[in-house]
Parts: sequence; C-alpha cells; structure tokens
Amino acid sequence: MSEIQATPQVTSAESGPDWQRAYRLMLTIRLFEERANDLYQRKIMPGLAHLSSGEEGVAVGVCTALRDNDYITSTHRGHGHCLAKGASADRMFAELLGKAAGYCGGKGGSMHIADQERGNLGANAIVGGSLGIATGAALSIKQRGSDQVAVSFIGDGALGQGVLYEVMNMASLWKLPIIYVCENNLYGEYTASSETIAGRPIERATAFGIPATEVDGQDVRAVYAATAEAVARARSGGGPAFLWCSTYRYFGHHVGDVDRGYYRSREEEQFWREQRDPISLARVWLEADGLVDAASLEELAEEVTHELDAAVEFAVAAPFPNPDQVATDVFA
Amino acid sequence: MSSPDPTPEGESRELTMAQAIREAIAEEMRRDSSVFVMGEDVAEAGTPFKVLSGLVEEFGPERVIDTPISEPGFTGMGVGAAMTGRRPVVDIMFGDFLGLVMDQVANQAAKVHYMSGGKLSVPLTIRTTMGASRRSAAQHSQSLHAWVSHIPGLKVVLPSTPYDAKGLMKTAIRDNSPVVFFEDKMNYQQRGQVPVAEYTIPLGVADIKRPGKDVTVIATSSMVLVAMEAAEVLAQEGIECEVVDPRTTVPLDREALINSVGRTTRAVVVDEGHRSYGVGAELAAVVSEGAFYFLDAPVRRLGAMDVPIPFSPVLEDLTVPTVQGLVDTVRELCGRK
Repeated sequence: MSEIQATPQVTSAESGPDWQRAYRLMLTIRLFEERANDLYQRKIMPGLAHLSSGEEGVAVGVCTALRDNDYITSTHRGHGHCLAKGASADRMFAELLGKAAGYCGGKGGSMHIADQERGNLGANAIVGGSLGIATGAALSIKQRGSDQVAVSFIGDGALGQGVLYEVMNMASLWKLPIIYVCENNLYGEYTASSETIAGRPIERATAFGIPATEVDGQDVRAVYAATAEAVARARSGGGPAFLWCSTYRYFGHHVGDVDRGYYRSREEEQFWREQRDPISLARVWLEADGLVDAASLEELAEEVTHELDAAVEFAVAAPFPNPDQVATDVFA
Repeated sequence: MSSPDPTPEGESRELTMAQAIREAIAEEMRRDSSVFVMGEDVAEAGTPFKVLSGLVEEFGPERVIDTPISEPGFTGMGVGAAMTGRRPVVDIMFGDFLGLVMDQVANQAAKVHYMSGGKLSVPLTIRTTMGASRRSAAQHSQSLHAWVSHIPGLKVVLPSTPYDAKGLMKTAIRDNSPVVFFEDKMNYQQRGQVPVAEYTIPLGVADIKRPGKDVTVIATSSMVLVAMEAAEVLAQEGIECEVVDPRTTVPLDREALINSVGRTTRAVVVDEGHRSYGVGAELAAVVSEGAFYFLDAPVRRLGAMDVPIPFSPVLEDLTVPTVQGLVDTVRELCGRK
C-alpha cells in the first residue's frame, strides 16, 4: 500500500525557502564544529563531542521545511540539528564547555542540548533513544488537534534498535504527524553500515505502510523538497514519513577518533570532502542562479566567522555553574 | 481482607483497591483533558485485572488507547507526550516488563528534566504491578520497585490500601515528574473505606497503620497486611508493634521512620522485593543510620528469597515473607523466643 517515493525535484527558482539563509546556516554549522574540535584539542572542552561536519545539508534541508513550533529530536551528533532549528551558538558553546549560561545550565553537555522555545526536545545519547519521545510528541500533536509536526533525526545505527519498529508501527496505525529522518553517514561508530544493515533500509518503513524516500543528503534542495512534501502530508493528517538521507561525516565518530584507517580510507574521506560537500555544492547553484556572488559569499563568511568567534569567546569567559546547582532540577 | 485505614472524615464507602485506582484515574481524566491512558488491553478489556473497566466507555478510545505489545515504544511515546503538554498514564501490565522499558524509564523519563537544566519536564505516570503468590512463575511475579527507586528523577509509589491508592494516584497524575506506581496484584480485591469527597495524599508522607511501643515494623505494599496480621498475633503475647508504611520510596519520609524507631528502639523491615540490594536494605540502612543511638537490637530485614520466583505453590510460598516469619522475627528481636 505504501510505496517508495520518487525523490522530489526542486530548483532554487521555485518560491519558498530563503536559500541564502539556508546556506548561511550550513556554513554556521561547519564553522561551529571546527571550533568545537578546536576547543577539544586545546583541552578547553571537557569530554568529547560528535561532529556533524559534512552532514549540514540534512539538518538544514529538513529544518528549513519546519516551523518554529514544530518539534525535533536529535542524536549524539546533534549540533547541526540544534543550530538549524534556531539555537544560538553562544549558548551552545557554553553548554559544550559545561557553563551555567549553556542551554541546559551545563548539566547536559554536547549530547543533550535541548531548546524548548524552538521545539527542540533534545539531543539524545542513546542510539534511537529519542524515537519514542518524538513519536509521543506526534501523538500529543494529534490529541491536541494541532497542525504541528515532529521530526526524529536518527542515524543509520538506529536501524538496529527495536524501538524504531515499534514506534513506526504505531505512527502508521494512528497516522501520527512524524517524519523519521535517517542520516546514513555509512558508519555506526567504527563499523561500516554495510556490515550491520541487511536489506534495503527504506523497505523497513514501507513495510509499515509508511511512505519512504531515498534522498541525496548532500543536496540541501533535495532534502528540503522531500521534507516539505512529507511535512505537508503530515500536517493534513496523512501520517508519518521516512527519509533515508545519504551523507557523510568528515570527522571521526567523535573528536578523539582521529586514526580511522582501520575502518575507512583517506581516499573515501577525500572523495566526499572534494566531490560531495553540501556547502560547495550549494554554492555552485546559488551562484549559477544569481542568488549570491563571490563578494557576497566572502562577506557572509566573514560575518559568520565573527559571530562564532564571539560565541566561543562568550562561552570561554562564562562562569561555571554554582555548586548548589548539582541537586536542582532532579524533580520538576 | 479489610484495610487498616482509620475511618476517614466525612461520608465514605467500601471500595476494592482496583475500584479505588479506577476512580482516581477517572476523576483526574474528568478534571484535566490532557490526562490519557495508554497500554496493552487497557480499553475494552480494562486490563487483565479489570482495573480500568469502564474507562473507555466514558472517555473514548482517543483517551484510553489500546497499544500493540510494544512496551518500549509506547512507554517512550508516553515520555514524549508528557514533554509536550499531555499527562499520560502508561500501563505496564506486569512489573516484570520493566525489563523491556528501562531505557525509556531510566535513561529518558528520569533524565529529561535534569539534562535539560529544568526546561523540559515529564509529567508521566507509569502504572505497573508487583507481588508473587499468583502461581505465575518467574516472569510475572517479581517486585522490582528497587530498580526504579535507585534512579534519581523517578518518584515511586507503593500503596497498601484502597484509601492510599486513590489519594496517591491522584497526586501522581498531577505531579510534574515521572512517577512509577506499583500495584500489588494480590491486593486488587482488598476492600477498604474510601471517602466520597475528593482528597489527595502527598507523596513522601509515611503513615502509621497501627501505633505500638515495642517494635517498629516498616512494611511496604501488600507486606503492610502481613505486618498488620503479625501485629495482631504479637499483641496477644504483649508485644505492641508499630506498623509504619512509607507509602512512597521516593520521596522517602525518613523522618517518620527514624522517629518511630526512636520511640520503639527496635525495627524490622518487610518488603516483597528480593532481600539483597533492595528497598528493604535501604529502609534498614535509613533507620540504622538515623536511629543508631536509640536501637536496642540490629535492624532486621524480611524480603523475597534471592531466587527467581518458582511456579510450584509448594516452592513459591517459601519465597515471600509470611505472617509467621515476621512473628518469629519480632519475637526474636524482643528476646521472646
């Protein structure tokens, strides 16, 4: 009954999103992650972070099709989703550094940034851990008679978690307004997804009667178009959708994963960076369509660089939480 | 079996534990349209124990939702719905199935408020069961309240009477934190007086079910009934037991337990979880630490044997604390052997 959907086509000429803004967001994510890595290397950031450089097209393409009050849940590799949904970099860096000014008062860290005002129900450090939350948010939307939608960002690793199949079953049965966006970056931690995934991934969704689309995650327009179609259907009571977005992470599983030769080659990394980079690809058509030119791009890059440097500065200077905060927020 | 509650103020009538729980949920559903029930066989079937019979007829299938047999999935959805403006009451048919949902309960529900720095909250109630003696064997008989009591961020309720069950359930549903509410399967038909008028009972307030001066028996859930029967037997021998029911393990009314033991100078803890590393151990530690200078004897603990619950009645009955076992322990504690 449900079928694998053809990838919808859009061109920048089509009315709709502000592509300059989308480009700016992708660049913001890229430069944010570079600074997060730098903070790790300079031993200013406690713990680790999982960087999403290379995956900007998915985060931005999806969130460009959402409203402020739509919900998202994110993953351990979630900085891009947070920024794309509208979080501000200064409070995010503060959270990464465990500072009181962070989104979670320093109690969450990189893997748990939540931004309630922008519908971000939080990143989650359990693979597939937020699938229940996102689908429950969709149930809540339906019960309240709202036209919001919920998006659950997951990675290819989450295909191994049973809860995905439980919630997709219920989402389809009850026609819940949820879009499962799976970022296939080819590796679950240090293991190639070809070693862990049997069958054709999107058929897992169609088996539940959920329309599914294979999307080029490096093309922000394609991601946007597929999401916009799924969102429109979900808002009008048409139920869930599943997007399988092919993408790539430039860094390792986390910032400390630097010797990656045993699970992937430098040639492969180079290919994605040079041939399949979502920001470079966007630049080509933005310039071709006359939406930007070399000068405006340079200006934009300077602006974003300045903004993120200021955000880092803010976070580094920000105070740590007061020790009396350790036992607050245990109960609501 | 009748309940040890003092006669409440005002007009009251006798209800079973199951009826009291149903009445609490129905009242809260009438009062607040964001309250809904979700779980396996909760609608027309009204759960295998018929606790929820009649709810779907009054509130409809949108608010009394039969789910597939997917405990992690629907519990996780309860967490998400709670984070976005609803007050779900999620039904986990048997406490043993907590094994299936612990990621949703311990890693999600319990953590969301803290991890988000207090911005998100999870007003979720999880109803589940506990208690052996139904000849249901090892996967349908466990009392696993220690598992959730161990995780900061969860509140845990263990009612022993219809009166307590109703008042505590109403409070649990109104609470803005996740609450796990354990119902002893053997107590569903237990009767007791329940006021007609609306009332709630705060979480974290212990109740003295029977006053006494010689020994404090701290008992939870159905073990309160065991303690009340044992106290009756012991009273005839001149030993006056004070039976204290904490009613909630989180928050725990430490002060009430310590004060009682301070008066009686002796304490026995009776809890149906496994004896080792359990709620009984924690309760015993609380009074050992808090009433150390008052104690005339070491604190004793009765709990389920540290074996999987067996099927054969002959074996199963050996695994849970009994009236006789408690009577013997108290006698020993009071030097009356």
